[in-house]
Amino acid sequence: MSVVFGQADQLLDWSWVERNIGQIVDRTWEHLTLTGISVALGLVISVLLAIVVLRWRWSYPPITGAAGLLYTIPSLALFALLVPFTGLSQTTAVIALTSYTLFILIRNIVAGIDGVPAYVKEAADGMGYTPRSRFWRIEVPLALPAIVAGVRIATVTTVGLVTVTAVIGLGGYGFFILRGLNTFFWTQLIVGVLLSVVLATILDLAFVALQAWLSPWSKRRAA
Amino acid sequence: MAETDVMIRLQSVTKQYAGTELPAVGDLSLDIERGEFVTLVGPSGCGKTTTLKMINRIIEPTSGKILIDGVDALSMPAHELRRSIGYVIQQIGLFPHRTIAQNVGTVPSLLGWEDSRIAERTDELIEVVGLEREMLDRYPSELSGGQQQRVGVARALAADPPVLLMDEPFGAVDPIVRGHLQQEFLELQRKLGKTVVFVTHDIDEAIRLGTRIAILNIGGVLEQYDTPTEILSNPANQFVEDFLGGERGLKRLGLLPISSADIVRGPVADRTSTAEDARAVMAEHEVDWIGVLDGDRLLGWVEASALDGADLSEVEPRPFAVSLTADASLREALDSVVTGHARTAVVVDREGKYRGMLDLEAISEEITE
Repeated sequence: MSVVFGQADQLLDWSWVERNIGQIVDRTWEHLTLTGISVALGLVISVLLAIVVLRWRWSYPPITGAAGLLYTIPSLALFALLVPFTGLSQTTAVIALTSYTLFILIRNIVAGIDGVPAYVKEAADGMGYTPRSRFWRIEVPLALPAIVAGVRIATVTTVGLVTVTAVIGLGGYGFFILRGLNTFFWTQLIVGVLLSVVLATILDLAFVALQAWLSPWSKRRAA
Repeated sequence: MAETDVMIRLQSVTKQYAGTELPAVGDLSLDIERGEFVTLVGPSGCGKTTTLKMINRIIEPTSGKILIDGVDALSMPAHELRRSIGYVIQQIGLFPHRTIAQNVGTVPSLLGWEDSRIAERTDELIEVVGLEREMLDRYPSELSGGQQQRVGVARALAADPPVLLMDEPFGAVDPIVRGHLQQEFLELQRKLGKTVVFVTHDIDEAIRLGTRIAILNIGGVLEQYDTPTEILSNPANQFVEDFLGGERGLKRLGLLPISSADIVRGPVADRTSTAEDARAVMAEHEVDWIGVLDGDRLLGWVEASALDGADLSEVEPRPFAVSLTADASLREALDSVVTGHARTAVVVDREGKYRGMLDLEAISEEITE
C-alpha cells in the first residue's frame, strides 16, 4: 500500500500505462466482446419478441412491462442474484447485460415499424405487394433508422454497464476502475474511466455513421 | 350499351362496417365504360372513397359483385388484381427510401420485368408526366408536392394498366399547381385512353375532368349518373341541385365550346369602305361602332362619332381587348363580352382569321337551353 500511496501525488502515471499495455488491450477486448455479445443477443431476442408484438398486439403491454421491470433492477443486484445459478462467469455477465438491452430495443423496433405512415402502406398495397413483401421491402427498411437508433442507445448503455461486471471478476475497463478505487491508485481509475468513455463515444459515432449510410433518403432534403 | 364496352361493373355492392347501423355503401350498382373518365363526387360520408377502394379491394365489399373487364375481382388474390390497376392517392404515398426511378418501377418490378425493360419504361414515363430525367436518381423528399404527385401518376401508369383509380389525387397541392395537373392529366388520359375512376369532393373538379359524374349521397346512394352538361342542365333532384351549388349556368357554359353557339358575322366592313357604307352597316345592326376588316383579319373597331364623314381607311381602328378561338368555352366568351367595350366576343380561328362575333343574347340562349 505504501507504494501506491507514494504514487498518489501524480494523477496519471504513464509508466504504469506502458508497463500494463498488454493488460489494457486484453481488457479492451473483454469490454468489446461483452458489449458485442450482449447487444447482439439482445437484438435477436428483441426482434423475435417484436415480431410477436406486431402479430399479437395484446402482447405489447406484458412484453414491454416485463422488459421494463428487468430494466429497473439495479445492475449490481442483478449480478448478485445470478451468481448462485451461473457463477462468476461470462454467462452471468451476458445474461444481465442482455436483459438490460431488451426494453430499449423492443420499443424502438415496434415504434419504427409503427412509424411507417399508413398512406405509404396503403400505396404499397395498392401497387400489389403481398403482406409479407410489404413488411420486408417497405416497412422494415423504413423502420431501420429507428431500429439502429435503438441499437445505438443499447450499445452505449451496455458499454457503461460492462464496467459493473468487475464485481464478478470481469468488467473490461471496469476492472481498472474497481482496482483503482480499492487501492486508491488514481492512474488505474482514470485509465478505466477515460477508456470506457472513449469506447462509448467511438461506438456512438460509428452508429451515427451507420444510420446515415442505411438511410440516405432521410439525409437529403428538398432544396 | 354493348356488354363488351363495360370496363368496371359494380353490382349491388355493399360495405357494412361492424357496429354501425347504416352501411357505408349500400347496394350500389354502377357501370363504367372502357375509356371513360368517371368522377365520383359527393359530401363527406357519401362513400365515394369506399366505393373506389372496393374496386381494387383495399376495402373488401361485404356483399355484391365487382367485374373488371368481365372478370370477377374477388376471384383472384388481391395483390394480383391490384398489379393490373393503377392507384393514386391524395397523400401520394411514394416510398421514401426508394429513388424516383425505383418508385416508378414498383409494379413492373413486382411483375418480374427485366431491369433493362423497367429502366426503359421509367425513362419514358418520367417524360410523359412532364418531369426531367435527372429527377430519377433523387429521393421523394427532394421533390415538391406537385412533382411528387406527377411521380405518383407515373408509378400508377408504369405497367400500363387499363384502369386507373384516383382518390383526390390533386387535393393536397396548391390551386395553381392543381389546375396545371388537372389539365395535363386530362390531356394524358385522352391520349392513353385509360378508364379512370376519380374521387373528389370538389364539384368543379368533377365537372372539369369527368366524361360522366356519379353524384353520391350519404350511404353510397347514387343520386345521378350522367355527363356534366346533362347534370348541370337537368339535375335529377333537389340534392343534386344543392350539391351543384350556385352558378350552375356558368359552370355549364364553361363546358360548352364557342362553336356550339350562334356565331354571326356582326357589324363589320372592309377598311376600304366609305363612311356611307360603314354607317349603313351600323344602322343595320343598330350599333354605334363597326369592326374593320383587312381581308380576313379583323383590325379593330371604330366608333361612329370618329368617322364624321371620313372613310374607314382614314381612321385608326382601336384593337379589341380579347379575341377567342372557336374551341374556347362560352364562359370565356361571356367574360370578354362583359369586360369588353363592344359588348361582343370576337371569334377567330387558329390562324387568326376572323370567324365572327358572339353577343350576350347568343350566349344566354345557351344558358337557358
